[in-house]
Amino acid sequence: MKRVDWQRTVLVLAAPTLAVVVAVLLSSIVLVVSGNSPLRTFESMLDFGIDPDSVIQILNKSTTYYLSALAVAIGFRMNLFNIGVDGQYRIAAFFAAVVGGWLALPGPLLIVVVILVAVAVGAFWAGIAAVLKVTRGVSEVISTIMLNVIGAGIVAYLIDPSRLGVLIGSQQVSTEPMPESAYLPGIPLGEGEVFGFILIALACGIGYWLLLGRTRFGFDLKATGLSETAAVASGVDVKRMILRAMLLSGGVAGLVGLPLLLGESHSYGQDFPAGFGFAGIAIALLGRNHPVGIAIGALLWSFLEQSSQILDLEGVPKEIVTIMQGITVLSVVIAYELVRRFSLAQQQRRVGAELRAAARSDEGAVP
Amino acid sequence: MASAPTAEQPAASVGAPAVELRGITKRFPGVVANSDVDIVVRAGTVHAIVGENGAGKSTLMKILYGMQKPDEGSIAVNGRPAAFSSPADAIAAGIGMVHQHFMLADNLTVLENVVLGAEPGTLGRLDARAAGRRIREISDAYGLGVQPDRLVEELGVGDRQRIEILKVLYRGARILILDEPTAVLVPQEVDELFANLRELKAEGITVLFISHKLDEVLAVADEITVIRRGTTVATVRPDEVTARRLAELMVGGELPSPETRESTVRERVVLTVEALTVRSPDGRAVLDDVTLGIRAGEVLGIAGVEGNGQAELVEAIMGLRPAAAGRIVLADRDLTALDTRERREAGIGFIPEDRQRQGLLLEASLWENRILGHQTRPPNVSGPWINRDGARADTERIVREYDVRTPSIDVLASALSGGNQQKLIVGREMSGDPVLLLAAHPTRGVDVGAQAAIWDALRTARAEGLAVLLISADLDELIGLSDTIQVILRGRLVADADPRSVTPEELGSAMTGAGLAAGPAGRANPAGPANPAGPEAPDPAAPGGRGPTGTTGTGPPTSDRTAARPGEGEA
Amino acid sequence: MTAGLVDQTITPPAPARRRRRLTLPVVLLGIAALLVLVSLVRMVTGADDITSSGTIGAALRLAVPIGLAGLGGLWSERAGVVNIGLEGQLILGTWFGAWGAFEYGAWWGALAGIVGGALGGLIHAVATVTFGVDHIVSGVAVNILGAGATRFLSALVFVDTPGGGVTQSPTLPPIDTFTLPGSGALRTLEGKGWFLVSDLAGVLGGLVTQVSLLTVVAIALVPISYVLLWRTKFGLRLRACGEAPSAAESLGVNVYRMKYLAVIVSGGFAGLGGAFLAEVATSIYREGQTNGRGYIGLAAMIFGNWRPGGLAAGAGIFGYTDSLQLRSGGESVHALLLLLAVVLAGIGVWSLVRRRRLIGISTLGVAALVLVWFLLTDTVPDEFVGFAPHLTTLLVLSLAAQRLRPPAADGRPYRRGGD
Repeated sequence: MKRVDWQRTVLVLAAPTLAVVVAVLLSSIVLVVSGNSPLRTFESMLDFGIDPDSVIQILNKSTTYYLSALAVAIGFRMNLFNIGVDGQYRIAAFFAAVVGGWLALPGPLLIVVVILVAVAVGAFWAGIAAVLKVTRGVSEVISTIMLNVIGAGIVAYLIDPSRLGVLIGSQQVSTEPMPESAYLPGIPLGEGEVFGFILIALACGIGYWLLLGRTRFGFDLKATGLSETAAVASGVDVKRMILRAMLLSGGVAGLVGLPLLLGESHSYGQDFPAGFGFAGIAIALLGRNHPVGIAIGALLWSFLEQSSQILDLEGVPKEIVTIMQGITVLSVVIAYELVRRFSLAQQQRRVGAELRAAARSDEGAVP
Repeated sequence: MASAPTAEQPAASVGAPAVELRGITKRFPGVVANSDVDIVVRAGTVHAIVGENGAGKSTLMKILYGMQKPDEGSIAVNGRPAAFSSPADAIAAGIGMVHQHFMLADNLTVLENVVLGAEPGTLGRLDARAAGRRIREISDAYGLGVQPDRLVEELGVGDRQRIEILKVLYRGARILILDEPTAVLVPQEVDELFANLRELKAEGITVLFISHKLDEVLAVADEITVIRRGTTVATVRPDEVTARRLAELMVGGELPSPETRESTVRERVVLTVEALTVRSPDGRAVLDDVTLGIRAGEVLGIAGVEGNGQAELVEAIMGLRPAAAGRIVLADRDLTALDTRERREAGIGFIPEDRQRQGLLLEASLWENRILGHQTRPPNVSGPWINRDGARADTERIVREYDVRTPSIDVLASALSGGNQQKLIVGREMSGDPVLLLAAHPTRGVDVGAQAAIWDALRTARAEGLAVLLISADLDELIGLSDTIQVILRGRLVADADPRSVTPEELGSAMTGAGLAAGPAGRANPAGPANPAGPEAPDPAAPGGRGPTGTTGTGPPTSDRTAARPGEGEA
Repeated sequence: MTAGLVDQTITPPAPARRRRRLTLPVVLLGIAALLVLVSLVRMVTGADDITSSGTIGAALRLAVPIGLAGLGGLWSERAGVVNIGLEGQLILGTWFGAWGAFEYGAWWGALAGIVGGALGGLIHAVATVTFGVDHIVSGVAVNILGAGATRFLSALVFVDTPGGGVTQSPTLPPIDTFTLPGSGALRTLEGKGWFLVSDLAGVLGGLVTQVSLLTVVAIALVPISYVLLWRTKFGLRLRACGEAPSAAESLGVNVYRMKYLAVIVSGGFAGLGGAFLAEVATSIYREGQTNGRGYIGLAAMIFGNWRPGGLAAGAGIFGYTDSLQLRSGGESVHALLLLLAVVLAGIGVWSLVRRRRLIGISTLGVAALVLVWFLLTDTVPDEFVGFAPHLTTLLVLSLAAQRLRPPAADGRPYRRGGD
């Protein structure tokens, strides 16, 4: 048994390692072709990245990315593609900010309410796609993407100062800022502070691991993702599973905007960043839907983004990082597939060898 | 310079072999499929290749057809050495393959399916009219009755097989490979097929016929090669050998028999199905007013040609298909409104027909598969949590008790052979202490050793009071294991049969609607001792009538055990 | 496993007998009925823009990228590969199209767009066909890569150009357009505001005024695709790969090669669509300009039941809703709410007649809501107009589920020697 585990661990690590190596190689080629030195690029990225200020930024970004990837991974585990995390977190953060700026409650209670609103709105938005899939068979890939645009449109409409928004200064449009008592305190680290929400993100990761790995619901979810027909025959109500999984995914997606909302901006403005959802998809793929893998992926992704900022000063287009990210995702999915096939073939070989050995020892006994 | 014309047709001389396989060896990860296979097929003959499931027949034919490459050995076609790297090469050499699982695209027309890869037309254009003409020509020449413009999806099994045959004839095949062609045919259709084969033979076409149905092989083949464990064991002529001897060559020893002797049927009724009707999406009744009952300790076998409602019957009882009308009662619980999970919890075990699609999570470990279907009950769960240790320990037990050959329970299910997968499923389903077991083709595609083990498990459970609904296309299995047999035809139960006296032939007749004839018990059962030509006449079939629930054909119980009174538990 | 875009355990494919081939007379009748309905709506609401030649012309221009993306999806899925990466290939097409047009001229831009999209298709093909990666996962990866690559390339190429930057290109040279004679007469007829005649004039006018040559090429690709896929040997083999790849392989078809070809062609179509979007529809490359049109194209393909004719119709519908946002169509969209209410009511009644009570009642309910919205407002806010095409997509997909029939082996990874 021990031998199996060791081999398995190597295989599990082989894929992302292979992918990262390939990504670095290919990105180096791109750099060289566009007239830059790969070595210097990577060096300056590394130097800047491990600078203490950067580390804080990286941790903060990772919190957001981690939550986003968790939301996506819940869906992936069931072969559901929740591409709508982007729209879900933005509409959720918007309404949460509106409520936060509007309700007069003591600070900690307000924070709790804000979180609940975000989760509820995110779940609702994902739920629309789930209902369409379950009742009309509409592919969630397409519906969630359409809902992204629709959600953004609704937010743009409502954020206007004549409706739910306010004018800050002379140009900035955002929701009513939340009172200071509802600022989520940060965790001091060195010279700066890390978002307090990182603790909630970690709790979510633990919850994800427990729920999906150790509960009946998680088993049903995995089974449905592995083989829908077998799950149905085993008694799983697939439609209900789809609804639950998408609601859960949307709920977690709702949390994605909160590290920023509660820890830094305290209101939802027109410039609230977009795109966390797509990064989440990439990171979920990188981390193979595993809570620790996703954490590492989130850190890696944030590191790449953070350290890209230095590249402008070096005259390297910092968009090389987006290429690296794209290549990494692609190489990772290919590498995972290769490793999976290799591992399967290996298992079959081993089973065959053991069976032959058993047969030989059997033959001795039979007259 | 004299140039020898390249012969398209095999030499007419009797001596020239159409196909010669020498020393063929093929290995896959974990198994040697073929080892040093030698076969010589004479032109213009029907040559049968027999062997049990997993013996390597299919792999051999795939090699001959270019779908696989042999690791060692040589192939010669019509006297000339051949090395095929794809089916296109084999087709060019005049070899055509009719697969066991038809290779047809449902959404395309017959014409499109037939001409695919060999389309007539110039400059890339598909000349549909020429294709249609040629197809009709061939169809008329061999009496195949094929209509080019119909969608394959609308056609039944017999028609589809004829399309497959036409496919290879269209490409000028002179050597036909038929892989288990009678697996889906009823006895009368088998006769039609054999008539077609004799006609082909008369035209000089060579036929290679893969089967494990020995009586059919003896009826039609000119020569028989037996394959066991991947290697050729013997080549014989049908007049030199009996079915019994063939069977022994195939298995290398005593054949297991599914026959059960003592009746263990109790009085307590476990399953009652009343007036069950299931409709397909276009309103057709695939199950029409079906009523049956199974008692504790009874195996009810359902005989029928595939597609007559057996699959739907099982799915309806499991809750996988909604019932349009009728009731399903387990012991005294009305299951009709319950979903699949609740039915399983009420005590129904399910061995699905397609184990890879419905019975297993191929990419999960064995112990995780143990939980599948039982994820709401101990030992797999405690409360909302999965009890890993409990599940693992129980999986070890199943592996031991059911002889599942595997190095560990952490192995992925897809790494196991079909037989071991099935044993795991059987062990799992029995472990839930079911009161009713639905077994759909429980030994399909399973090697003989696993088959025997599964039959044993079923017999033991039956003796302990388990009620079993058995669906099988293997008539010997059906007759051997069942206490009662009912025949299903077009969604209705049309006849009963007494397994003690009915023969596979008679059963086959009933399955096609010819009705059970009272008559002498049948031919020798190749799998074991002949069925007794019992003095008791089998129940006359009333075509269209329904057997009364569960009391037909059991005869006086000759049990060693005292018949249990209702409600009495097993020892 | 949810292999393709339609989960066949939830919505099983429509049985063969149910399909009624839409013959030409039926289609023409349908179009005529639609025109009458729209004309009525125009008269009632006074929103003249809904059938104006300007709107129709814009609709045509915007239907093309959607339709080309959809055609790309069709080619790929008919060979059994789901190509979610169309959006990324569309993006690549916009960038390469802009670059080609800027550097060498408009038609070179189109060619460059095709090549750019085809490259994206090649990546998808390698991942799915050779390595057997899940089709949707690979498509998502291609989209990420496409967005990243164009950003990087813009930083390299467009930054030092006048008007260009990391997120946009300089203005592009236009492609020649043509206007059929008689367009002026149609214009006058349109201006009269007469029932049905003016609407017809508007529609025809939009279709023949200032039409880009590239549009003609794009439209021609629809019947060409049909002929290639349904009337040639190559097409039969390609479709067989999507229906029963084992069968095709057993008959000597090189399934891998067919899939590769189909997916690369698919990318090429998307690339052309992107180039068209950048050069003809907008005359500039801008980051984010595709705005989900790749996915809308897939929706058009689904709506068309994986056939070019239906796809074109779907693209037309989506293109039309897309054009409304370009022309600040708050009023037009508002008028269309009435049309939507009527159409939904019709579908609801039809469903009830066919005894589909749940669908019938819910559709009628939605129709009532839409009608109320129409009556209570004067116009639809701009932000909502912005997502009109996306909402239409959702609506169309929700209603079309029953009669879908995707290729049987769509989305399933295929390995040589068996399934």
